Amino acid sequence: MRQVLLAAVVALSLPIAAQAQMRLDVSGVGATQYPIAIANFATDARAPEQVADVVRSDLARSGSFRVIDPGVTLSESAAPDYASMRSRGADAVLGGSVSRLPDGRYDIRYRLADAVRQAPLGGESLVVSEHDLRFGGHRVADWVFEKITGEKGIFSTRIAFVSKQGTRFKLNVADWDGENVVSPLTSPEPIISPSWSPDGTRIAYVSFESRKPVVYVHTLATGQRVPVANFKGSNSAPAWSPDGRTLAVALTRDGLSQIYLITADGSGAPRRLTTSPGIDTEPAFAPDGKSLYFTSDRGGSPQIYRMPLDGGTPARVTFGSSYNVSPRVSPDGRLLAYLTRRDGRFLVAVRDLAGTGQETILSETGREESPSFAPNSRWVMFATQANGHDSLVAVTVDGRVRQRLTSSAGDIREPTWGPFPK
Amino acid sequence: MKSRIRLAVVALATAFLAACSSGVKLDDASTQGSAPIESRDAAAQGAAGAGADGRGIQQVQVEQRDPLNDPASPLAKRSIYFDFDSFVVRDEFRPTVEAHARYLLANPTRHVVIQGNTDERGSREYNLALGQKRAEAVRRAMTALGVPDSQMEAVSFGEERPRATGTDEASFAENRRADLAYQ
Repeated sequence: MRQVLLAAVVALSLPIAAQAQMRLDVSGVGATQYPIAIANFATDARAPEQVADVVRSDLARSGSFRVIDPGVTLSESAAPDYASMRSRGADAVLGGSVSRLPDGRYDIRYRLADAVRQAPLGGESLVVSEHDLRFGGHRVADWVFEKITGEKGIFSTRIAFVSKQGTRFKLNVADWDGENVVSPLTSPEPIISPSWSPDGTRIAYVSFESRKPVVYVHTLATGQRVPVANFKGSNSAPAWSPDGRTLAVALTRDGLSQIYLITADGSGAPRRLTTSPGIDTEPAFAPDGKSLYFTSDRGGSPQIYRMPLDGGTPARVTFGSSYNVSPRVSPDGRLLAYLTRRDGRFLVAVRDLAGTGQETILSETGREESPSFAPNSRWVMFATQANGHDSLVAVTVDGRVRQRLTSSAGDIREPTWGPFPK
Repeated sequence: MKSRIRLAVVALATAFLAACSSGVKLDDASTQGSAPIESRDAAAQGAAGAGADGRGIQQVQVEQRDPLNDPASPLAKRSIYFDFDSFVVRDEFRPTVEAHARYLLANPTRHVVIQGNTDERGSREYNLALGQKRAEAVRRAMTALGVPDSQMEAVSFGEERPRATGTDEASFAENRRADLAYQ
């Protein structure tokens, strides 16, 4: 029994080396795990073989699949050995091929079959550049995930986060699993509050490079940076409207922090949205764009409020603690993630916005902050501090599956999950 | 002769200032202008220079310092500390605020940035707003003393630029602070 337990612990905390500097640890499994065999993809001699590996690790890390490597090669055109797959416990089997096209790009083809009913479930193909082979693997994993769970996968999405090494601050973009890190911005001054535009082409953030907080919109493809909010006082907390045309920001041009709407290109004058004698900050649009959640201390302690954008009185949303801040609404509009202080510990929680209002605490250490939803609303990523170092954690909204992303290069924090790729 | 002495004094004063503030270059014109005087004096009176015969008097004038750079001035204090969860300027910091208000009123071309800070606990953005509240408390105190808005800007660094990096109460207290930074 003891040996079985040990084996289970080892299986649940697979350290998966991700790049030289990043490390991803996964623990826990979903409420149900779908057993799937993923065969090696057939390749010609010139084609890299990593695509099937990416699909395997994506599906395993999701916690929703038990991935079986049958140790055989299976192309999308060959018939699976169903008896053999069933004997390994697989309910489904994925095979495919990767071949190099004359123009240097790669053709990825794949087919999924139901091993129980011994019937094909469908297949597709996609063409990617050599540089995007991992991305291709993520796309295959997304397709399999959706085919079997009925929900969209997030394996081809990207995350952004801030790293601090000594006195160097970097804004980083990476695959959801911490691979392929690129740094669109490096600065000697702090960077906080990155936020993806809904189309994934731009990131808004707060930079202190001019020795005060200024909101920039940064176009990733060109590196172009526009200071969209640089008014007297502090400018911070950018949040994109769902249509990508407007940003809600916190400005102090009229005294204490209040919430304003500005255009995403910085043109025109800000429109003041809140009027309180205290602090209003951390705006977050509801997915329908019709209301705004924000943090306010108007009632004496910082709490989350919701206000309709067409006017109307803000209504308090959170209770039960004297510190509930950093609201984030899930893209499906059903959940609210936030930071709550309980007995001196700072915890990330999610709450059902409709129905029961049930709360789930996702934190472990009590030194968490900055929650951000995955675009499929199934995961929340946040920053955590342990042993004096900042790392990132992603947890499924039911709290069952947990990933920790650490960097040997220093502290990583301020995560924000990007949208589905177009 | 009188104008030549003046020139020498200016040269000396320039040299004195240059010695005080590194990175400032000597003015070429005054250096050249003073050179003949010194070489002639040196030739006539020996290496000891003017006043070596006991009767000559070298006149030296100390330029008035900017009180901002005087370590003995109350203006040398640039930090105002706050109690936990408080945004009230404590009585012990009134003299500091008043000294800076007087200085700004006397020097209308000077501009100060009031930088609010917080400890690291909790949300970064909410801490930015709390730091602003501290900076704003100092700004309002200065406004009450007559300092025009055009000479002040209240901004916040929140928890992003801690002076103390520990996670104990002493470090937290050190970071609950507004700083006065002159431009």
